[in-house]
Amino acid sequence: MPKRTELLKELFEEVPSGVGKGGITKLTKEELLDLLEKGSEWSLENGYGTKADLEATEESGRMKQADSRQVSERALARGKPQLGTLGAGNHFLEIQRIDEIYDEEAAGVLGLEKGKITVMIHCGSRGLGHQIASDYIEKMEKKYGYSHLPDRELVNAPLDSELGQQYFKAMCAGMNYAFANRQMIVHWVRESFRKVMGTSEGMSQVYDVCHNIAKIENHKVDGEPKKLCVHRKGATRAFGPGHEEMPEKYRKIGQPVLIPGSMGTASYVLLGTRKAEELSFSSSAHGAGRALSRAAAIRQFRGEQVARELMAQGIEVKAASWKGIAEEAVPSYKDIDEVINTTVKSGIGKAVARLKPIGVVKG
Amino acid sequence: MEKKYEFLEHTADAKFRAYGKNLQEAFANAAIAMTNIMFDTEKIKPLLNRAVDIKGDDLKSLLVNFLSEFVYLLDAEGFILGRIASLTINKTSQGYRLAAIAKGDKYSDKYETMGDVKAVTYAEMEIREEDKGKCWVQVVVDI
Repeated sequence: MPKRTELLKELFEEVPSGVGKGGITKLTKEELLDLLEKGSEWSLENGYGTKADLEATEESGRMKQADSRQVSERALARGKPQLGTLGAGNHFLEIQRIDEIYDEEAAGVLGLEKGKITVMIHCGSRGLGHQIASDYIEKMEKKYGYSHLPDRELVNAPLDSELGQQYFKAMCAGMNYAFANRQMIVHWVRESFRKVMGTSEGMSQVYDVCHNIAKIENHKVDGEPKKLCVHRKGATRAFGPGHEEMPEKYRKIGQPVLIPGSMGTASYVLLGTRKAEELSFSSSAHGAGRALSRAAAIRQFRGEQVARELMAQGIEVKAASWKGIAEEAVPSYKDIDEVINTTVKSGIGKAVARLKPIGVVKG
Repeated sequence: MEKKYEFLEHTADAKFRAYGKNLQEAFANAAIAMTNIMFDTEKIKPLLNRAVDIKGDDLKSLLVNFLSEFVYLLDAEGFILGRIASLTINKTSQGYRLAAIAKGDKYSDKYETMGDVKAVTYAEMEIREEDKGKCWVQVVVDI
């Protein structure tokens, strides 16, 4: 890819990683509260993204149940300076080339073509979302106790209780933050392409989705239709074709499922299936999953060496630190091809395309 | 010198044990261990002081709240912990109270970022006070 180094440098500068230093936007508290209610719609109103982006976003980028009043001052204080940032750890921004198509028709609907370039962005609600969880864990401990539970982290509140509802509405506000955040990053990715490559035309959004969340959905339990609260942690939703809670443009093919691998392997685009409704409450894995602890990876690999080896395979990495690269080295993750094979064989997902990384930005 | 902390195996998150001759020291070393996931604390200049005042119903919640305070200070104010200058823990009628003076610096590009701590958890948390002035705490943080 021509100008790859220049493009990565531009992306690295345009999309801050944000640990400690914060984002590049100065928000007032009122603006942040507005954003927590509106999600991607807020981004659109403020010049980030397009209407077509929202049409390719789960829930059109806005959780209507969100209530910003249920979000604490501490969560707001963490979220305010971090808006528009990628974050570190396993969060990344990757430039990829589509090297294999498994389903031409579906790929056509998603706008994926062999040889085309894609950009994958993995980040979420940052410190704000984590603070919401911490705040409500504390509140639930006080109200409902935890001594009867095998693990203190399993503290909970009935969903229909006042506290349960407050938490649910706050979590939805966290999702809106994540939607808005990614939409801003998408905007800066386009800006970077425009500056370096001369154009960002044709860079349409494939899909934007939140995972590590709970959603109210209708499922069948023992043949009976039931309204459930489905928690997905380390998982993502995989509705089959025809489900009404999906962007209209994808309703015929099924829900896009994005499964990233490690820095040096591939990422996949799959589609949810009707069978996943029976097998896994319409849930799929959302990544390769770690095979090695971060501590073990740091002991075994040196960031400089990992970056050199990736470069020899045609993958250029730009990261905030060498240690961050070592942690995410290829052998730290399970074999993504095997993860995809299992997903497809079990019938949870249908493979559409394979994306090979050519450039990686890590916070 | 005895080690102040060590990192243990954990596939998805970061787990560490921090040591001290008493609870106060083990708590202080836990804060340094956690910060070392993100920065090299040895390199953080002690230019700013932060007084922290933390409450907890029990020792575990005191530790979670204490460590969470530094996650918060980094995200909200850009304060990076370098060292704990003083730390006291007192038993109160409602549980425990911790007061500490933390020294550190405001984030700038001169400090290399090595990772991100998102939240402090109760998972696998242990607080042990053994004999002969030996104490340790074990923490898993979400990264």
